[in-house]
Amino acid sequence: MTTAPVAATTGRSVVHASFVLERIYPVTPGRVFLAWSDAEAKARWFSCHEGYTLDFRVGGRESNRGGPPGGPVYACDALFHDIVPNERIVYSYDLRRDDTLISVSLVTVEFTPVEGGTRLVFTEQGAFLDGHDTPGHREHGTRLGFERLLAELERAACET
Amino acid sequence: MAVTALAEPLPMSLAAVLQHVRVLEASGIVRSEKLGRVRTCHLQSGALRAAERWITKRRTMWEHRLDRLGEFLAEQDATSAPTDPTP
Repeated sequence: MTTAPVAATTGRSVVHASFVLERIYPVTPGRVFLAWSDAEAKARWFSCHEGYTLDFRVGGRESNRGGPPGGPVYACDALFHDIVPNERIVYSYDLRRDDTLISVSLVTVEFTPVEGGTRLVFTEQGAFLDGHDTPGHREHGTRLGFERLLAELERAACET
Repeated sequence: MAVTALAEPLPMSLAAVLQHVRVLEASGIVRSEKLGRVRTCHLQSGALRAAERWITKRRTMWEHRLDRLGEFLAEQDATSAPTDPTP
């Protein structure tokens, strides 16, 4: 008889979090967009793994697989929801370690022409499930983490 | 830890903190109980630390990726100027 070794001790949990990154590149929005939309170009900077595929269209998918030799396989599978050439890309993706679902996220990438180049704004909003992450090293700094998470939640609330 | 003590160093109202505590409680990472007039919070399991690591990892990974994108674009510039689809 097999019993699932999970839930009994760890239980279920969901943590929502988001972060925003900004960059300015000294090229046109068209050039930056091309680096996201062309499979060969994107593989050059996006993935360091062999198993990378990109079907860049609304409803199309992107898949990225990798991990340490002999270790778990991390798989990242995305679905494109919105594509506005040279302006915006919206996609969702889930992240798995072997058969365990770690998180599900929504990503928005915006390209805006600015003087001398393009501003890229990357926003990820995620649901982190059941506390799954790299097994092993559990760290200190609990209270600090709690406060940071509160700040993160506060910021997320302000942004919506 | 009492909610009032928790709220003290944070730049938000006690009501806002209570709201967040409820969210955290619903998420399963905090347990709280009321003893008399004081509501006390306890962190549950390793869910929080794992979540924080997850956020940090995603953010760091994307910092590196966006740096690589910058290098890739610069490299392209240096070699062959590719055709630009923008008018």
